[in-house]
Amino acid sequence: MTTTDPISGVFAALADPTRRAILARLARGEATVNELAAPFPISAQAISKHLNVLEKAGLIARTREAQWRRCRIEPAPLRDVASWVAQYRLLWEERYDTLGTYLDDLQKEQP
Amino acid sequence: MNTIAISTPAPTELVMSRTFDAPRALVWAAHTEAEHLRHWWGRGNPLDVSIDFRVGGTWRFVETADGTQHPFRGEFREISAPETFTWTFEYEPMAGQVAVETFVFTEEAGRTTVTSTTHFDSQAERDAMMGSGMEQGANQSYAALDAYLVKIS
Repeated sequence: MTTTDPISGVFAALADPTRRAILARLARGEATVNELAAPFPISAQAISKHLNVLEKAGLIARTREAQWRRCRIEPAPLRDVASWVAQYRLLWEERYDTLGTYLDDLQKEQP
Repeated sequence: MNTIAISTPAPTELVMSRTFDAPRALVWAAHTEAEHLRHWWGRGNPLDVSIDFRVGGTWRFVETADGTQHPFRGEFREISAPETFTWTFEYEPMAGQVAVETFVFTEEAGRTTVTSTTHFDSQAERDAMMGSGMEQGANQSYAALDAYLVKIS
């Protein structure tokens, strides 16, 4: 990870379709690693790599028992991303409202 | 009309669209010339603009809000006037978190629509990319994830 802030870690984790599919599955309830791996035609090792990325981003948590490691989704980072997107939208709404008024004024000045 | 349409085709991508009652040449100038930018980009707050509008050129806007300076900066990657330009976008206090934004300007009957696509990039994301042939499942996962985001927010 070259990123330092939590939000970009979450975005990076969400950038991959397999990881999004894993999260979507966990949104329905806890699952073991094997259950999570089942729908994907990739190795358990590859799944484990994805789970590591998700865990690092704080998007999932895993129980410690080695054989039956269960995964569950952690909602907080997703909530942060959702509120970040809402803030971003607000910022651009204000910016573009100001631009709209400015453009109107400019065109009134012109003959 | 005067509202922003926003969508997230992928969790790392934001698409916004807004229509203005002005010809494209003017809306383009408003996005690319310092004289214009300082009138609106700061949302009514004082804005210090430096912009070198050419491919490879840099820009830096400093917005002063409630006595605090908010510096933004980036570099122009692609320019095809007056249709589209792409810049990188970084908020200096969060340096290293770089977004790539493409603005597309289209005119119809004297009105101009600006569509911006913001891609949140990171090296980690590319490094971690693997496999293929999973796009089919991805659409379903978006739907499920969207539903989940709605539920928790």
